[in-house]
Amino acid sequence: MKSLLEITINTESDIIAARQIARETSNTIGFDKVDQARIVTAISEIAKNIIMYALVGVITIEILEKDNKKGISIRAIDRGPGIVDIKSVLDESNLKGLGAGLPGVRRLMDSLEIESDVGKGTRVYMEKWLR
Amino acid sequence: MEQLLIDYKQILSDYVVNRKEETLYNGQNYVRQLIQKNVAPEDVINIHRKAVEEIYTELPDSLSHAYDFLIEVMVQYGMKTREHQSLLIQKEELRIEMEIAARIQNILLNTTVPKIDQLDIGMISEPIRKMNGDYVHFLFDEEEDYLSIAVADVVGKGVPAALCMSMLKNGLETLEYGNNDPSYILQVLNRIIEKSVDDGMFVSSFYGRYDVNSSILTYGSAGHEPALYFNSKENAFCDLECKGLLLGVMPEVKYSQSNIRLEENDFIMIVTDGVTELRDCDVIDSRNLLKEIAFSIRHLPAQEMCEKIYLELQRLQDYNLEDDFTIVILKK
Repeated sequence: MKSLLEITINTESDIIAARQIARETSNTIGFDKVDQARIVTAISEIAKNIIMYALVGVITIEILEKDNKKGISIRAIDRGPGIVDIKSVLDESNLKGLGAGLPGVRRLMDSLEIESDVGKGTRVYMEKWLR
Repeated sequence: MEQLLIDYKQILSDYVVNRKEETLYNGQNYVRQLIQKNVAPEDVINIHRKAVEEIYTELPDSLSHAYDFLIEVMVQYGMKTREHQSLLIQKEELRIEMEIAARIQNILLNTTVPKIDQLDIGMISEPIRKMNGDYVHFLFDEEEDYLSIAVADVVGKGVPAALCMSMLKNGLETLEYGNNDPSYILQVLNRIIEKSVDDGMFVSSFYGRYDVNSSILTYGSAGHEPALYFNSKENAFCDLECKGLLLGVMPEVKYSQSNIRLEENDFIMIVTDGVTELRDCDVIDSRNLLKEIAFSIRHLPAQEMCEKIYLELQRLQDYNLEDDFTIVILKK
């Protein structure tokens, strides 16, 4: 599929590449400069988490179209240690949550879902739609 | 967002032309609206950028790129701001929870001072935070003519101290008969606290049993600071020394007990360390200060004495006491 872009995240320069692709894609979709900056920041934070906790992972960026609306989705998959307590990493009063920056990322996007198996890895999926 | 941009553009173009203080003032009022509407910092920059671009149609591209850069930077800033906002909301929720807990504690640990003809009893117990880590328990056994008094102080403050106190209160209530020996009561309380409360949580306690008929107070102490005894015949104070380990340190501890007979106008002051560990004042000085104040008002009823001492020490400490504050006075 043409609108599907995959980036392997392993080093800091991969983060920059992912940001670049996210910015171009969100610009093509029609997001304004502020939302572009938010989407790029979100992908940047998620990519940083991959390097920090899982060392390596894959991020997929996809253009979404549904009922005449356009949007972007970002999927991040790694085979790292996984997250024991997902609720706590999404909880702002919990320092673990703040450490991984996920509550902040969730607010930059429209939605954020996490699935994780301890010892097997983590999958993060987020979307943002054009208003 | 459209209307916000129109308003902002108006204020900004006014200012650029007239540079009046009034316009700056309007600008700040406008931003207050944005804060109320939870507009993120990066959105504010974007509004500014659009307004500038509309006012000056021939801006160089490089300036526009500089704005892009600022927006990018401010997204991080905005993330932190929102984190902060949501922490404030959570803090407010906690405050409300705490207030409810404090109300429940007040009901749980509520003590009524018994009225006895032969003994004048006064008490004051003021928490430094919402929850009190000091506790006073009275028990008057009318059939046996014994009055029991426990004054306890948890090492620590706030919620953990309050929870520990509830434990102690339960312990005291299961022991409800007035003529038990203080040494026995302290031994049982120690066992309860040691078993059921976290390591590192200790309680100091004074326990006294007053025989109304003989006017003899039998007392013991678990690491609590000595009660003060005022001998009215000799016009002098002395410490009711009684050695004993804090409750909760070790499982099997034996406590000793002593007796003292109260004569007319004698009184006994049982305090917690909030009363004697005053700022800029060592314990000996604090205790001397306490004796001086108590001596000067020794003719007052016990309850009034407690209240006066509290007010006076508060005044001397600039209304900024640093610990839970409890005084019990028994006056014959």
